[in-house]
Amino acid sequence: MSEVPAQTAHWNRQDFPAAAREMLENSQTRKNVQHATNVIQAKRNKVTAEMPDWEDLREAGAQVRAHALRHLDYYLTQFEANCTRAGGHVHWASDAVEANRIILGLVQQHQAKEVIKIKTMTSEEIGLNAHLEANGVRPVETDLAELIIQLGKDRPSHFVVPALHMNRQQVRAMFQREMNLPDLGDRPEDLATAARTYLREKFLRVKVAISGGNFLIADSGGICITESEGNGRMCLTLPDVLISIVGIEKVIPSFRDLEVFLQTLPRSATGERMNPYNSTWCGVHPGDGPKEFHVVLLDNGRSPILADKEARQTLQCIRCAACLNACPVYHQTGGHAYESVYAGPIGAILTPQLHSMGEGRSLPYASSLCGACYQVCPVKINIPEVLIHLRGKVVREDQATFAGKFSLWNIGMQAAAFLFKDASRLAMAERIGQIGQKPLVSKNGFIEWLPLMLNGWTQTRDLKAMPAQSFRDWWAKEKAPQANSSQRNEMGHDG
Amino acid sequence: MADSSNHRAAILGSIRRSLGASESLSAIAQEYAAIARTYTRSSMSSAIAVVELFEDRLREYDAGVYHSSAGSVADAIAEVLTARSKKSLVIPAGLPADWLSKDFAFGEADAFDAYRLDKAEGLLCGCTVAIAETGTIVLQNAPGQGPRILSLVPDYHLCVVFADQIVATVPEAFDRLKATSDLPTTFISGPSATADIEMTRIKGVHGPRFLDVLVVEEAKA
Amino acid sequence: MRVSLFITCYNDALFPETGKAVVSVLERLGHEIEFRPEQTCCGQMHWNTGYLREAVPIIRHFVQVYRDAEMVVIPSSSCVSMMRDHYIKAAEMEGDARLVTEIESLLPRIYEFSEFLVRKLGVEDVGAAYPHKVTYHASCHSMRSLHLGDIPIRLLKQVRGLDLQPIQNMQECCGFGGTFSIKNADVSSAMLADKVRNVLNTGAEVCTAVDNSCLMHLYGSLHRQRTFVRTAHLAEILASGHAGAKVEEVRA
Repeated sequence: MSEVPAQTAHWNRQDFPAAAREMLENSQTRKNVQHATNVIQAKRNKVTAEMPDWEDLREAGAQVRAHALRHLDYYLTQFEANCTRAGGHVHWASDAVEANRIILGLVQQHQAKEVIKIKTMTSEEIGLNAHLEANGVRPVETDLAELIIQLGKDRPSHFVVPALHMNRQQVRAMFQREMNLPDLGDRPEDLATAARTYLREKFLRVKVAISGGNFLIADSGGICITESEGNGRMCLTLPDVLISIVGIEKVIPSFRDLEVFLQTLPRSATGERMNPYNSTWCGVHPGDGPKEFHVVLLDNGRSPILADKEARQTLQCIRCAACLNACPVYHQTGGHAYESVYAGPIGAILTPQLHSMGEGRSLPYASSLCGACYQVCPVKINIPEVLIHLRGKVVREDQATFAGKFSLWNIGMQAAAFLFKDASRLAMAERIGQIGQKPLVSKNGFIEWLPLMLNGWTQTRDLKAMPAQSFRDWWAKEKAPQANSSQRNEMGHDG
Repeated sequence: MADSSNHRAAILGSIRRSLGASESLSAIAQEYAAIARTYTRSSMSSAIAVVELFEDRLREYDAGVYHSSAGSVADAIAEVLTARSKKSLVIPAGLPADWLSKDFAFGEADAFDAYRLDKAEGLLCGCTVAIAETGTIVLQNAPGQGPRILSLVPDYHLCVVFADQIVATVPEAFDRLKATSDLPTTFISGPSATADIEMTRIKGVHGPRFLDVLVVEEAKA
Repeated sequence: MRVSLFITCYNDALFPETGKAVVSVLERLGHEIEFRPEQTCCGQMHWNTGYLREAVPIIRHFVQVYRDAEMVVIPSSSCVSMMRDHYIKAAEMEGDARLVTEIESLLPRIYEFSEFLVRKLGVEDVGAAYPHKVTYHASCHSMRSLHLGDIPIRLLKQVRGLDLQPIQNMQECCGFGGTFSIKNADVSSAMLADKVRNVLNTGAEVCTAVDNSCLMHLYGSLHRQRTFVRTAHLAEILASGHAGAKVEEVRA
């Protein structure tokens, strides 16, 4: 078996500010991302506003997910027992290497040279496609967007609409090239039809399918998959063998809980009241679907996150991507700037935690903390709160290193903290600032250039100079004497 | 190389270390029961309003909506098929014989594999429950509905829904589904679609491109 | 009512006119204003940048200065949201139960300026006049943390001569985000560019908000681009046009 390096959720090429700078230069991608997120946001806002019980659904969803995580060991073993009883095989994988090993082993056991796949970010996370290819198995992505990504040798930029950064002309050009269809039109219908024709033969012929899973249902041992195109259903029902790779956090206690998530997920994810297809099944069912069914339960850095009570809520995520669509940072950069399968606000908190804060350390800072993500989250993950919490971890870890301790940031923040502890220090600093700023202040009274880390600000913005008199000085001069005299008068009356 | 049981123990051990002492089953059950479910369970709307809402939602998905009385299902199906220029349909086992007009050919699904289904003109079936608010029909592997492949591979799907099978809300549907939650279950809301290209919903990717629903206005016998 | 003004650190140093305006509006409404010179900062910059431990002494200092205050008014929604959203957590992190209790008792007495006028005093018309075309920038914290809703808009609608222009994408962040504007200066600038375009599209002469931090950010670009659009804190508009109040030309 040939090994490819175990892939992780984070691509680890560069930090967010640098990657974002690259993305900001790509005006076509930015335009595509802004168009798509605007459309999806508007639809989402419309179909959530029509639900008078939307906040109740969010609350119930949050509580169900938090409860499941609090008792994750119990619900996972319950799922395992029920799934096994229904004829499924449950595998456990601590990391990407083990998950890839299990899946490749199953594929090879059935002598499959080709597998069909439903869009699954979990398989992106573990680098499954590369591993299969390296071992002579051809994975075929069947979700339209994932097919676009695969044929274009691109990376997903959004986990509901992975090719959202491409417009129809770009998709057409790529399909024309890769499917050898020189006359293909650029209407979305033409492109969907091309995908239908390209894939139908594979659905009918290929014997092994690989999927992810939206929910593991503990009390029935079932899995739920939500989708739009029907490619998912093709993979779930036509092949002889189905392998589902699912993160351990995806478990919900009961089938009945779907009554919450099948309302909140589609409305949040695609702005539809219901997506075209949701499938649930348990194990194998004679005469219906695959003869053999395997679930691979993937940890890969998830279980340690549970120990952090503040950040545990990250794992409540049901991957609707509403936070991406609502995020003003994502609007500007698209998903690739996050250098992770999991982009956007949720990616900014999930990715570094999946790597025990060893990678993606700039991601918790990839947010203005505007709170739009929290507002739309259907399971009420307080993303801004977790971002700050993770920033706290990054700072503490950095301070433990020599370079971090003597970094400009740390020195500056320590100095500011020193000033803010005492008003006389602050007043003194203000006076020094009023004088010290003079070489930087232009004739028009504005600062147009700042040194070092502050330089980013003055690249595109001026900064108003400090006025000669602070508020506290004004008060001391103009108001305090009156206040004191009135106080004296009062005392005089009393006395 | 670690075998699978080691990984199981390692993952469960890691989870337990992270979570601390686990609680008793009754405590877990109590905590689960205490989850606030203040969302809407059922609708105040009249039965007629519920059916109307269901049909509106279906039309929004670009599904065809037809009507029939309980006594004339066969005629109504024949009309729909004529309008759609269909001559033969696949049917699951257990479909009521009195739905089937003699003017059309209906083949029982057992005789079809995926390749034959791919060539079939379409499927005729019933459903377990339908949801008005979301325009959804729910199929399970049961008599008159059959295995999942039937409503997937053929390009055309005609589903018969009785008025008393239509509930207003998603939670009401789950009340009806929970007894058979272990059956393969498919929620279908309109024809197959995608919004992957510029977020425009386009109809017809891999599932049936055409979905018609025949609403039978009286209760199922 | 005796109202204690927490001016905030950056208003103190950069926007003293906002503080003077708050004093003027509240005094006119018959309240006694006090300024406690021991005040410094709310701790938000440190907390939000991840310097959590460093923020705690600043928070403790704030609580010490104001624990006996009858009412604290703050012309900055982000500082108020720092207090409401994070103070208790910070004290808990420190394991300081007494501080938690003190914060719990102090928080209900803390108001953002426009919130104080409308929710506490029940005043929408403060008698101001401001004959300018104005657009309102809803800061993220005012919307999503304090849930001010249309409170600032209601106050602006009562101002004589003021022509209020609605802005597109009002709910989208201006890109300031405190140290975000430095750590991610490029993304912040791109967000700012969108916001400034929306401000300019309103045709307003003045952009107002309940946070000078956003306004400082917006004006940084409006000034760099040599537009003639000014910014003014809501308090400055509400303090304008009275006999004795100087007509607003603060940021020009």
